[in-house]
Amino acid sequence: MGTYIGQSVKRREDARFLKGAGKYTDDIKLPKMTHSAFVRSPYAHAKILSVDISTAKNADGVVAIFTGSDGCNAFGIPTGWQVDFKNGDTMREPKHPLLAIDKIKHVGEAVAIVIAETQAQARDAVQLVEVEYEELPCVTDPEKAMAKGAPQVHDEWTDNRSFDWCIGNDRADVEAAIAGAHHVTEMEFVNHRLAPNAIEPRSYIADYDVNADKYTLYTSTQNPHLIRLLMCAFTLGIPEHKVRVISYDVGGGFGSKIYHYSEEALLTWAAKEVGRPIKWTSDRSEAFLTDAHGRDHKVYAKMGFDKEGMIVGFLADEFCAMGAYLSTFAPAVPTYLHGTLFQGLYTTPLIHLNVTAPFTHTVPVDAYRGAGRPEATYLLERIVSKGAKEMNIDPAELRLKNFIAPFDGVKQPGYQTQVALQYDSGDYHTILKKGLEKVGYDDFRKEQAEARKNGKLLGIGISTYIEACGIAPSAVVGSLGARAGLYEVGHVRIQPTGKVSVFTGAHSHGQGHETTFSQFVADKLGIPMDDVDIIHGDTEHVAFGMGTYGSRSLAVGGSAIMKSIDKVLEKGAKIAAHKLEAAVEDLEYAEGKWTVKGTDKSIGFGDVALTAYVPHDYPEGVEPGLDFSSFYDPTNFTYPFGCHIAIVEVDADTGKVVIKRFVAVDDVGNVINPMIVDGQIHGGVVQGIGQALLEEVVYDENGQMISGSYMDYAMPRADDVPMIETDRTTTPCPHNPLGVKGAGEAGAIGSTPAVVNAVVDALHHLGVTDIQMPVTPQRVWKAMQQN
Amino acid sequence: MQITITVNGKPHTHEVEPRTSLALFLRETLDLTGTHIGCDTSSCGACTVHLDGAAVKSCTLLAVQADGLKVTTIEGMANGNEMHPIQAAFKEHHGLQCGFCTPGMVMTAANILKENPAPSEDEIRHGLEGNFCRCTGYHNIVKSIQHAAGTLNA
Repeated sequence: MGTYIGQSVKRREDARFLKGAGKYTDDIKLPKMTHSAFVRSPYAHAKILSVDISTAKNADGVVAIFTGSDGCNAFGIPTGWQVDFKNGDTMREPKHPLLAIDKIKHVGEAVAIVIAETQAQARDAVQLVEVEYEELPCVTDPEKAMAKGAPQVHDEWTDNRSFDWCIGNDRADVEAAIAGAHHVTEMEFVNHRLAPNAIEPRSYIADYDVNADKYTLYTSTQNPHLIRLLMCAFTLGIPEHKVRVISYDVGGGFGSKIYHYSEEALLTWAAKEVGRPIKWTSDRSEAFLTDAHGRDHKVYAKMGFDKEGMIVGFLADEFCAMGAYLSTFAPAVPTYLHGTLFQGLYTTPLIHLNVTAPFTHTVPVDAYRGAGRPEATYLLERIVSKGAKEMNIDPAELRLKNFIAPFDGVKQPGYQTQVALQYDSGDYHTILKKGLEKVGYDDFRKEQAEARKNGKLLGIGISTYIEACGIAPSAVVGSLGARAGLYEVGHVRIQPTGKVSVFTGAHSHGQGHETTFSQFVADKLGIPMDDVDIIHGDTEHVAFGMGTYGSRSLAVGGSAIMKSIDKVLEKGAKIAAHKLEAAVEDLEYAEGKWTVKGTDKSIGFGDVALTAYVPHDYPEGVEPGLDFSSFYDPTNFTYPFGCHIAIVEVDADTGKVVIKRFVAVDDVGNVINPMIVDGQIHGGVVQGIGQALLEEVVYDENGQMISGSYMDYAMPRADDVPMIETDRTTTPCPHNPLGVKGAGEAGAIGSTPAVVNAVVDALHHLGVTDIQMPVTPQRVWKAMQQN
Repeated sequence: MQITITVNGKPHTHEVEPRTSLALFLRETLDLTGTHIGCDTSSCGACTVHLDGAAVKSCTLLAVQADGLKVTTIEGMANGNEMHPIQAAFKEHHGLQCGFCTPGMVMTAANILKENPAPSEDEIRHGLEGNFCRCTGYHNIVKSIQHAAGTLNA
């Protein structure tokens, strides 16, 4: 702990948000700004026979209407990741137009943009655009998309595969181990499709300055530099230095605002065409139809155990939907962010995952809070719990038996998995035991048995997880198909008065970076937090950056800032030594001043800063100024882990599941601000509970999304969830300067299987061994009647 | 149509299209952008304001329906730089993350506490049914409202 590190400092962001003074993209008005609305396809798969804009273009207030043949489609939206076929064939990457030209691939795909003086006029004119379609058969389920004769999403290939992929040990060896196992547990289920649902809908304003030949895009994104790079270099082919991307306050992301979307590129292109700024803000229905979704895996899995209960082999085959086009991170999600976590916390000696990733006539699927890791954890933690029930072994005991032994990554080496990763540090036994103790596991079993006698259905579910965060070492992800590096940039500018401006490529959309980053910067420099300002979200101010996702901001972005602080202190020491007439090696830095060891001779940080900018009496050969920028590229992922335990009660008459208690013990490495970390866990846990009990994107057989509004898609509400009981263990990350691992996704990864395990535990004596998510009252009731 | 609405104590007279929602009127005409719009179905509550003292969802109310009435928005809650006790409690107990649902949460919380100055946890959770938060898991929002109740009753 320092003065600030480890303290629950209240957030400096809060004043503006609480007073309604946040600056979200839709809050911005530019002079002469126009508004826009999209003509979107009501069909999942159709030929566009004609588009008639003649009536619409004469409607009140209409400024311009563009269709796919008006010049915006020279290149199309790229993906950022390439996963080639097992046989070496190149990944199939369809052209993703900004506006559909001749064919529709999913409901909600844009056909035309209407630009008008007001939002209402733009929406009115959308109704006057006449599009003639010829509807074609469609497929929305990833397994059915691979059936012979399935409707083709993209005509240029002979089947719907974008790629196939595998990881782990030789399949034959894994199959042989399972065939020879004492007990085999099998599962078949759907890890269903979810809509991320940040409460702020996506919003963009594009502006073009003809005199400067320069574009400005205001966008609700998690990574402004990445958007600029993708849009300039791939989608529009315009020079990067002629585009400024600004992302002020962003109302939640959860992955969905990482990606480069067609609307932002189209607005940027059109702003030059019409010569006025253009705004578009999604409504909620459009958000359901166009924001990238999460999950959507069909899973077949087997796990083999020996007679002691030790796991001997783990095999899975999955169909993982890509949707109609490849979104920015999509190919990485069911592969490198998923299969690499199949070791879990267990010593499983033989593992194999086989993935088939087809296109479907749906909105694209991409990373959603946890991204591939919740899907891996759900499978592992359900199949281990199911195996425990089948073998009549306590699920906690089975886990403890199979856990990897503790290792700190310093004295003991990292743990090499069967699926490519090397875990950094971990103590999995301690965290499970802490969880069991916190929940009162043994007492609960007695309470459960008593309750059952009275016809009350109580259940407890354990889930233990590991995740790979701090994404990521560039060389590693490059070898795995990433088309970008995943370092971060941290720029520390000491002002002449000793005040500090920090520019970070990480982006805050709820995480509280302005507070957390100031805490560690102030501590490392030994100055007051109020002397530190954090600047992010503007490509004109921040040199470069890769943005915020994959729980990377502090682990990667924080480390980049730490590198710059080191450089500041190193140069500052030279200036201080000169002023103190001492040798650099005789100085020590603490509490904001350099002191000659063993004396009371010292000089403060502010005086050194002033000297650096007013270098009248200055060391020879040292440049003026105190201003450093650093790139930090991590040497490994970070590996947070944890134990989540849910206690549920199932209503025997209605099947409704109520979560009575939820215990989350997480190890996210060192903690800068415990209040903020706990908040991240709370939110993640409830998103995971949402998947387990409530949320599901449903497409009908015609490719219509029948869960496309908040009246149809069940978001977790305040009365659906209990207080979350959090605790932690602390195993520092051995390979980054702050020892942090990341906390953004942990909650959503650990909680979902804990809840479903608890429901199955409550119903197991009735013969229920598995239940498909979301565990709705109807599904629970049906399961209870069938047995 | 010409309407006059008293917003945060100040009367505003404007011509509006009859189809203009109160939320859009506040945001676009009066530039009070603290009232947010998060859905089209009156479900998310980000647009909650007070109409003659009662919490309403301003996205599903027409501006003309508020003609002659008093509206309080999030911008009218603080007393200058001094936050309302509910706002202060949200800051103290980390009842917000991205901040987008926050104005609606604060306005709803005020309504909950007006109707029931000492609500139980269950009563707070039921009172928040019409407001979505995707960041906090509601944990610290409930805690903030519990503490605000304590301050307001002190």
